[in-house]
Amino acid sequence: MPDARSPELNDTQIPALARGLRLQWEEVPQTWVLLYPEGRVELNGSAAEIMRRIDGKQSIGAIVGDLQRTFNEPDLRADVIAALALARDHGWIEVSDGT
Amino acid sequence: MAREGIAFPQWLNLELTYRCPLHCVYCYNPLDYADTIGKELSTEEWLRVLREARALGAVQLGLSGGEPLLRDDLEIIVREARQLGFYTNLLTSGIGLTEKRIAAFKEGGLDHIQVSFQDSTRELNDFLSSTKTFELKKNVARLVKQYDYPMVLNVVLHRLNLDHVDKILALALEMEADYVELANTQYYGWSLLNREHLVPTQAQLDKAEAIVNDFRRAHGNKMKLYFVVPDYHASRPKACMNGWGKIFLNIAPDGVALPCHEARMLPGLDFPNVRDASLETIWYDSEAFNRYRGDGWMKEPCRSCPEKAKDYGGCRCQAYLLTGDASNTDPVCVLSPHHKVVTDVIQRAEWAATGTQPLVFRLDKNSRAHSS
Repeated sequence: MPDARSPELNDTQIPALARGLRLQWEEVPQTWVLLYPEGRVELNGSAAEIMRRIDGKQSIGAIVGDLQRTFNEPDLRADVIAALALARDHGWIEVSDGT
Repeated sequence: MAREGIAFPQWLNLELTYRCPLHCVYCYNPLDYADTIGKELSTEEWLRVLREARALGAVQLGLSGGEPLLRDDLEIIVREARQLGFYTNLLTSGIGLTEKRIAAFKEGGLDHIQVSFQDSTRELNDFLSSTKTFELKKNVARLVKQYDYPMVLNVVLHRLNLDHVDKILALALEMEADYVELANTQYYGWSLLNREHLVPTQAQLDKAEAIVNDFRRAHGNKMKLYFVVPDYHASRPKACMNGWGKIFLNIAPDGVALPCHEARMLPGLDFPNVRDASLETIWYDSEAFNRYRGDGWMKEPCRSCPEKAKDYGGCRCQAYLLTGDASNTDPVCVLSPHHKVVTDVIQRAEWAATGTQPLVFRLDKNSRAHSS
């Protein structure tokens, strides 16, 4: 069955935070924030769950699997890939081809 | 720690010193900056400011000046800031950034360095800053890359360099810049003093903007390009600081806490000093930080304007400098009854070839002429 994944992103690719960006938990607003030279983005719950799993080692497939197990949801691939494509288009992550 | 109706400060900017090896004619530091020399906060005092601001929720940190590299405790400040969880930004002319220092900043966890250039040519860069620094800056840009920092380039634009935007962008490409801020001059401090030399013509602006847009099309997303339009040429005011006392907290070299870089020249406001009060008291309780919060202070045409929630009436400092009353509508707005003071300046720029007064460089001796 065809899914909604972007043609450029696939399970074997490995996302990493773009150079100079940092993801961290903020106590005062009680949110995860993505920090970059000109500002900050407060992440919503699901965006934070995805971004927290990006370590430059895990593949997209592994991240999807982890999220599906953690939240007991069998069908997250399309949503995760759409979110990662958006993050890449914003320049927040870089995606390299896994081997 | 936010309180009802008042958001916590997100951005902390430390103006560590007003001393500077450059003498730029458009510097936004106060005209009487020389008054703070000898009264700078100590290392311990800066570290206390960092801890208090972090507890309030601030996460973005600017380390600026003057030239922050003139503080030899910058390494200590960076290290403490990073350990507290700040995202640390160094805003520098690059002068004094040796390999030894950049290595120490990297090790201490500095997140990013923004290097300013005055122009794409040695001649104009060195003239505008009244220094011989162009080659030095290019070396610094190389060091920034070598230490794997994102290359963030800041160039202030005005009448004297707007026609070089294409060359400035070529320089940015050559340096492999990741971010480029082309910030048109705003008129405060030294740039207001030199305004007649700096205000561009509409034709210059249109041409520069077209070049920037062409560049974006040709080079895509690889380099993030910001073109800050000059507010004198706009029809509505900028949402200055995203609102007074809303997200931005500036600490001047002598410890005076301010809602923006410029506000200390506003009369009738007693800005608190971090030497006398905690940041929590300053941010939430001081009269000065509360003065222009919300919209209760507004006059017409702002008071009944549907756009007041978007632009907060513009800039209080500009309102004061151009109309004599900080609670007036920013005269950049076409709805302001004082708007003519802005259009007169723009019209003069259209027909005047040069300024009538000599350029005034930002020098200690010129600053002392403005001290109280």
